[in-house]
Amino acid sequence: MSGGVDSAVAAARAVEAGHDVTGVHLALARNPQTYRTGARGCCTLEDSRDARRAADVLGIPFYVWDLADRFHEDVVETFVAEYAAGRTPNPCLRCNEKIKFAAVLDRAVALGFDAVVTGHHARLGPDGLLRRSVDEAKDQSYVLAVLTREQLDRSVFPLGDSTKAQVRAEAARRGLAVAEKPDSHDICFIADGDTRGFLADRLGEAPGDIVDAGTGAVLGAHSGAYAYTVGQRKGLALGVPAPDGRPRYVLSITPKTNTVTVGPAEALEVSTVTAERPVWPTGQLPAAGLDCEVQLRAHGQVVPATVGLTDDGSLRADLRRPVRGVAAGQAIVAYRPDPAGDVVLGSATISTTA
Amino acid sequence: MTYLDHAATTPMLEEALEAYVATAREVGNPSSLHAAGRCARRRVEESRERVAAALGARPSEVVFTGGGTESDNLAVKGIFWARRAADPGRVRVVASAVEHHAVLDSVQWLAQREDAVANLLPVGETGRLDPDGLAAVLDAHAPQVALVTAMWANNEVGTVQPIAALAEVAAAYGIPFHTDAVQAVGQVPVDFAASGVAALTVTGHKLGGPIGVGALLLGRDVDCTPVLHGGGQERDVRSGTLDAAGIVAFAVAVEAAVKTQQEYAARVAALRDDLVARVRQAVPEALYNGDPVGRLPGNAHFSFPGCEGDALLLLLDAQEIACSTGSACSAGVAQPSHVLLAMGADDDRARSSLRFSLGHTSTADDVDALVAVLPGVVERARRAGAVKSIRS
Repeated sequence: MSGGVDSAVAAARAVEAGHDVTGVHLALARNPQTYRTGARGCCTLEDSRDARRAADVLGIPFYVWDLADRFHEDVVETFVAEYAAGRTPNPCLRCNEKIKFAAVLDRAVALGFDAVVTGHHARLGPDGLLRRSVDEAKDQSYVLAVLTREQLDRSVFPLGDSTKAQVRAEAARRGLAVAEKPDSHDICFIADGDTRGFLADRLGEAPGDIVDAGTGAVLGAHSGAYAYTVGQRKGLALGVPAPDGRPRYVLSITPKTNTVTVGPAEALEVSTVTAERPVWPTGQLPAAGLDCEVQLRAHGQVVPATVGLTDDGSLRADLRRPVRGVAAGQAIVAYRPDPAGDVVLGSATISTTA
Repeated sequence: MTYLDHAATTPMLEEALEAYVATAREVGNPSSLHAAGRCARRRVEESRERVAAALGARPSEVVFTGGGTESDNLAVKGIFWARRAADPGRVRVVASAVEHHAVLDSVQWLAQREDAVANLLPVGETGRLDPDGLAAVLDAHAPQVALVTAMWANNEVGTVQPIAALAEVAAAYGIPFHTDAVQAVGQVPVDFAASGVAALTVTGHKLGGPIGVGALLLGRDVDCTPVLHGGGQERDVRSGTLDAAGIVAFAVAVEAAVKTQQEYAARVAALRDDLVARVRQAVPEALYNGDPVGRLPGNAHFSFPGCEGDALLLLLDAQEIACSTGSACSAGVAQPSHVLLAMGADDDRARSSLRFSLGHTSTADDVDALVAVLPGVVERARRAGAVKSIRS
């Protein structure tokens, strides 16, 4: 229970369904002075109080579990290391994979619980298939696509059939004070929302060149390649305009030479994606290739593609139409369109694009 | 429910509750001059006399406060400020390393914000202080010491300190000695005058009185700068409208607890000894913490190797058994107990600890209920603990 409206209502529904429910709030900040004092995010003192209040209203036991060390190691350090390696990680996805449906689930099972219930907006029915939420704008199936069969079998998502508006209305009806609490959008461990500053504090200044993809000419300087993401246009501060006057975008980041390469929008277009560590909870990943739809970043567009296993165990996706701004480190999630909610087939972490 | 957390708070005595309600029905500010005020004043002063008589103090030495934390803050900060004002060289505060946070954090606050120097006295592995250790510190630093503070009995592991001996050492150097006796009053004999201490903290809700009222017994010759300023109540040391109902109920509870202390201690210690023996039998690897002899009658404190105290608490709570891990921060994140660490326990032993505390409503059924479920709970918590160590 993060202290937000979703997990509070999810807990309420689990109680109503007749389960023996215990509320757990995760303390994820190792240094309370830095992470916990922020007004936003999911691990402030205020959030833990809100979560406790919701548990009180529901009449369920409530505990704070201190997973700060695990979170720091598996999520925060990985986040920083990924940026340092020129990739763009998704920490929410990593947190689901390593913390909420791993560390928390393992501990819960050992203590005698059957499953972890969360307020994620996704559907997981008796067929065991993970599907998009009915509320497409709030759908979180993308950040849950990293869960294995084993993890999904011990997960419950009671909110998938409701819109966010319905969840808020229900919270108000149930007398939960968090009904009107704003959604959290930012990375919870970067309370001020300044990812670039957060990375600069940890990785230090590392000045390097911004070069043109076509000519190789140095167009400008950066103070740390980690501050850039593929597809980024703003904040490049290039003194020299492109000869054709068109905007330039980050095409790639090369940590080895500490170079940020920029070029025109069409150079961002990607038709083939290779991704590592595939997770395929819906059975065996086909080597031959499977027609489906893929999503390449959170809230990103969906494109038709053929995906299959390569000889080295990676996942390869051939996109039916080119997509711009695909960053290594993000997840590729394969969906099967379905009138009852698109089904998550599996996912993998993007390593290279072409 | 099986309530084994009396050291956190214990049910109010029926007579204290009745006294509270009866007084709360009456209007009157004890500082007002009219008849209603005089009536309230009379109740407060009678209560002051009852508390003084029960605890071996003079009525003028009883300063009513809002409870243990306030009394501790007032004693530590107030005596420090007064002593330093009289002699700027007196910047040292000597405190035991196992104090409650109300004392410890006050001392640390003085160190951080008032340039005080904190001297923490070490304890032995049973949690007991050594008067010779205090003598050595005072021998080296006496002219700089503003006050010494050491609790009468520890809230976590129940170890009772040699307060008279410690106070005697402090007195030999002419240094005021404060003791936090929150856990001691009603459990062991406490006599303010006989103990030789300069200031003593007591609170209502640990002995059958209401939460939110307590007292600082403050020797008449001890200078203490107020923390709360205002109407000048309580010798000008503690301003604020006197809570007549709370004070009356507090006095009733103190009187009753002191009067029945001997009989209570014998009965509860027997229950506790039974609990300890049966826990050890049921969970042979359990480690018994604290002083095996010189401890509070209702306290039983164990470490269960391989388990997290948090997990044990959750599982016992699910079986409707209430106990405590000892200390928690405001976010609810368990920290390893500073008391156990000071006693030389390692981090794991400190984190695997659990306190069962018995009180005036405890019965043999409570012990039976605990012992019936404990082995299964420990077994389960150990498995959960193992999961964590494999992964991390």
